[in-house]
Amino acid sequence: MLYEIGNGSVDSVAFFGLKFIVGTSWIPNPPDGGPPILGALPAIYGSLVTTLLALLFAVPVSLGVALFQSELSPESLRVPSVFLVEILAAVPSVVYGLWGLFTLVPFMRNNVNPALKSSLGFLPLFQGPNTGLGMLTAGVILAIMVIPYGSSVMREVISAVPRSQREASLALGATNWETIRTSVIPFARTGIVAAIVLAMGRAIGETMAVTMVIGNVPRISPSLFLPAYTIPSVIANEFTEVAGNAIYLSSLFELGLILFAIALIMNLLGRLLIARLSFKIRGELRA
Amino acid sequence: MLSLERKRRFSDKLYVILASASFLIALVPLISILYQTIVSGYAALSVSFLTEVTPPIGGAGGGILNALEGTFVMVGIASLFGVPLGLLGGAYLAEYPGKFAYYVRLLAEVLTGVPSIVTGIFVYELLVATMHRFSALAGGVALGFMMIPIVAISTNESLKLVSSSIKEGALALGISRSKTLLYVLLSTARSGVITGIALSIARVMGETAPLLFTALGSQFLMTSLNDPAASLTVLIYDFGTSPYLSAHAFAWGAALILLLIVLGLNIIVRLTSRLKVTGTE
Repeated sequence: MLYEIGNGSVDSVAFFGLKFIVGTSWIPNPPDGGPPILGALPAIYGSLVTTLLALLFAVPVSLGVALFQSELSPESLRVPSVFLVEILAAVPSVVYGLWGLFTLVPFMRNNVNPALKSSLGFLPLFQGPNTGLGMLTAGVILAIMVIPYGSSVMREVISAVPRSQREASLALGATNWETIRTSVIPFARTGIVAAIVLAMGRAIGETMAVTMVIGNVPRISPSLFLPAYTIPSVIANEFTEVAGNAIYLSSLFELGLILFAIALIMNLLGRLLIARLSFKIRGELRA
Repeated sequence: MLSLERKRRFSDKLYVILASASFLIALVPLISILYQTIVSGYAALSVSFLTEVTPPIGGAGGGILNALEGTFVMVGIASLFGVPLGLLGGAYLAEYPGKFAYYVRLLAEVLTGVPSIVTGIFVYELLVATMHRFSALAGGVALGFMMIPIVAISTNESLKLVSSSIKEGALALGISRSKTLLYVLLSTARSGVITGIALSIARVMGETAPLLFTALGSQFLMTSLNDPAASLTVLIYDFGTSPYLSAHAFAWGAALILLLIVLGLNIIVRLTSRLKVTGTE
């Protein structure tokens, strides 16, 4: 039953073109009436940049949240704090998008981006017109959306570290932080990497919120302020506009296939890393 | 010596502060989202908002009745085939553990991470392209595909918690394996299974991407499952991204209703399931 989904995407393999992945122009309906020129590189680039930005913001915060919940918070706060983060995860992505469009975009335009421009404006990353829409804003909203996910996986792997590891370190007179740094995190490292990989898989496939704040322009530019495109937002935006243009339609299928493959690999890798960690923990408990 | 001691204490304090701060940082967007949705959404609410169909984008008046109808009908279709298949899958994984089940379980976990827009184009190819029309049925099927792995995993987890003596007792009484599963194991694990189903319903109810090109959207009430159907999520997307101020207010109203349903379901389920867990301990 589950393998059906893969089966459906296989249909689009037939449409594969080699130039698709390296092409930089995205012109579905050329003005001269010729065949469409479709290169997915801008969308792939946008997806990679926004996902990396999201991880840059989300990984430290997720780790902090996970450590807070598993190590620091008093017993009475633990359940409510997990509950609140679960609620954050339950907010539908289109509501994130709406909030992003009307709260985050103006905030970035008026507060964050001018500050970045005046302090770090010499970098090509922070140049260009500031509309509030763009890769930076998309990265921020993605980070917010993957924090609950990343932190819950990290919390689980950190709580799974055997007590003996902590006790040994504390008995040697280490502070809590030294225990975390020298015993807990090295032991849970595989799991933390797994959490990052899983969060990445989630971020790269996120559609609605990103589509609503990224500006949807197929362009490769170093500036994080400029509108761009991601693979899912191309599909979401253009799928109903293809109207009889068979090559255009199949190219969107191919984008879907690329996205599917990336997400599949990320998730598989993440799960296998977690399986390896739990194997290690079982071994440790037996020893 | 003293300075080393001080450094160690300082880094320990810094860690406590940073970890607590990141928790607070994670809460800021949640509070902002809830606040903004309640304030902007409340302004759009009225009786007619719930009892009339949507106006053209940018038009005045109207309500979200057709979107509510579409969302509930499609989630209903999704549950009709997603829940039984998920239950069977989860029961299979718990009942016949082994190498094959391990890989199926891994596959189910991986499938929950498949981007929902990919599910959308898959169902487009499967149903919309073959039937040559966007329909509520296709939207429901897309949501159902998302439910299967979620329900299967949660069912598997709940069944694992049932103590094996209960199962052995039933089998020792000569009850067949399938009846044991149906009447003994599933009913023992009932609260966990129901929690999983309810959470999966809340999850797919908030999905937009799989509906964009399966159910499409509509301004009218459905006359049949073969018609395109509106949904709260697609309505929020269409109205929210339009240039009209009145449409924005409309989107916030719909977002408030959607949040009330989805978060309400989440909160109720999590609170009751937690009470039960602590009650049995």
